[in-house]
Amino acid sequence: MGTIWVYAEASDGKVASITLEMLSRARELSDTVEAVVGGAGEPVAAELGAYGASTVHATGDLNGGLAGPAVASAMAEAITAGAAPDAILFGTTYDGRDVAGRLSVKLNAPVITNVVELQSEGGSLVGTEPVFGGTVNVRTRFSGTAVRLFLIRPKSFAAEESGGGPATVSTLAVPDLGVTGTARVVDCFAEESTGPKLDEAGVVVSGGRGLGEAEKFAMIEELAKLLGGAAGASRAIVDAGWVPYSHQVGQTGKVVKPDVYLACGISGATQHMVGMKGSKTIIAINKDAEAPIFGVADLGIVGDVHKVLPKLIEALQARS
Amino acid sequence: MDIVVCVKQIPDPADPGELNPETKTLKRDMKLIMDESDSYGVEMALQLRDAAGEGEVTLVSMAPHEEVNGLRSGLAMGADKAILVSDEALAGSDALGTAKVLAAAIGRTQADLVLAATESSDGYTGTVPEQIAELMGLPSVTFAKEIKTEDGEVLVKRQTEAGYDEVRCPMPAVVSVTAGVVEPRYPSFKGIMAAKSKPMDQVSVSDLGIQADKVGWAGAGQEITDVSPAPEREAGEIITDEGEGHQNIVALLEELRIV
Ligand SMILES: Cc1cc2nc3c(=O)[nH]c(=O)nc-3n(C[C@H](O)[C@H](O)[C@H](O)COP(=O)(O)OP(=O)(O)OC[C@H]3O[C@@H](n4cnc5c(N)ncnc54)[C@H](O)[C@@H]3O)c2cc1C
Ligand SMILES: Nc1ncnc2c1ncn2[C@@H]1O[C@H](COP(=O)(O)O)[C@@H](O)[C@H]1O
Repeated sequence: MGTIWVYAEASDGKVASITLEMLSRARELSDTVEAVVGGAGEPVAAELGAYGASTVHATGDLNGGLAGPAVASAMAEAITAGAAPDAILFGTTYDGRDVAGRLSVKLNAPVITNVVELQSEGGSLVGTEPVFGGTVNVRTRFSGTAVRLFLIRPKSFAAEESGGGPATVSTLAVPDLGVTGTARVVDCFAEESTGPKLDEAGVVVSGGRGLGEAEKFAMIEELAKLLGGAAGASRAIVDAGWVPYSHQVGQTGKVVKPDVYLACGISGATQHMVGMKGSKTIIAINKDAEAPIFGVADLGIVGDVHKVLPKLIEALQARS
Repeated sequence: MDIVVCVKQIPDPADPGELNPETKTLKRDMKLIMDESDSYGVEMALQLRDAAGEGEVTLVSMAPHEEVNGLRSGLAMGADKAILVSDEALAGSDALGTAKVLAAAIGRTQADLVLAATESSDGYTGTVPEQIAELMGLPSVTFAKEIKTEDGEVLVKRQTEAGYDEVRCPMPAVVSVTAGVVEPRYPSFKGIMAAKSKPMDQVSVSDLGIQADKVGWAGAGQEITDVSPAPEREAGEIITDEGEGHQNIVALLEELRIV
């Protein structure tokens, strides 16, 4: 296998975990792993190198432009000029999808999406994707000869350092984007968050519609705090406006794989489960004994969250 | 303001169908409905049209078997007309093939804004809107959780890891919306009746000037080589709470050394 490019994302100089996961897997599949970043290369060269990237192709500051058109055009131009990655891996993230989508048109190459496993078969990469809410796995390979583009789901691979030195920074020129580059970020807003990040926490406590009303989410937050974890949510209560989208666990939210996942008043729709089924231990509280969530729970409590949670919080407070 | 909304028609998620064991694609011979994900785009378009006080909302869909059921739902909500691309040659299209067809169909209109959902409920590749934008040579903003228009620009709150970004983008543009961006209305009885007589333009692949071998099976650059059931997680202990259920949780957390 020749060269694999990994589309790298970072914020505040810290490389995203999905990027480190992809670099780690790419290293096992290929001798040469290079990163491509839409931004400055120097601040991330050491971390990218430590996870196996020999080179980081960096566009430099995008000046408020979106990554999609800029990075895709830069990659396409480099490929036309002779760079020949066999495959490019993108995270299933806001920008990852944009870049992959734009690039696929530029190269007239399809994208294999929602990939959770990558294997090398006959010198070519094959992706595995869950369908029907994760009940069936399909393996997909490319039939053409274009560069292989894969969109990878977060938490599919373990991130492991390679012990490599800093990646060499090389400039990846962004050509004139014309009208496609005219969208501009004019302001950024961060939602307040305390405690560990949802997708990195060792314990995740999530609440769903069974909580009954927005105010009751405070119990979820309290419990998460007592356990040193993060608070998550089902899409039902995100759509209802009880909690911000950043809490959402599932197919269209975050994928979490904590040591312990506690689902409170969540039915266990397939789209929720694809985001948490990989947790080491799952505990569920639901008043309906038939709720699908019990099908994956290591410990299921058939009961009322309004009764069980206050007692659980009290018992844990008494210990600390 | 003229707005195009992409509307995917899919099998009812409550009855998702199955993979055809021979062709390894989704069986699609049942009645299709409008993807709930797209009802947000339709609602958003109606609100923007009404706020502008002029213009039309056109729905665009690519679907097999001349299916119009899902498009009728969008027309019943209040969209003005619909374009359906339906053609035998389209069976087996991948996301890029789908985007090529949709972009060509949208190209027949004069849209100021093209709306789509961030991802469909059944395919969820999440790449079609951005591919449409690139094919049409338009700027785009994905993951919109709020949209306004102002002086020929669209102002979008775009979801991010940390919160959201405020993005300004000149129109025409493609914007993909997340669920919850607006609350989709239920069609009224009057709307349902009116939908029956709204214009429904049916076009074929050759009408769009696309060669049949560039889309569908022939054009898809990927193939499924294997289908297998995912490993299942086994259910554990289920206890009915009689007032002491929380103790079982504490005990397990202790065993796992979380507390
Ligand atoms: C394309 C698409 C993507 C989606 N993506 C996601 C996603 O990323 N994440 C996600 O979560 N969902 C997602 N969904 C939605 C998903 O299908 C479900 O609608 C959602 O997960 C349901 O949330 P819920 O379990 O909170 O609500 P419900 O399904 O309404 O379940 C509430 C549960 O609470 C229980 N309950 C009620 N009262 C009590 C009580 N007092 N004590 C204890 N239990 C009680 C009920 O028995 C029930 O099981 C998606 C759907 C689609 C179509
Ligand atoms: N066949 C189709 N007809 C109309 N719109 C579509 C079609 N396929 C995808 N789209 C649009 O693109 C969005 C994203 O789809 P996907 O990339 O498949 O997740 C959908 O929610 C629709 O808005």
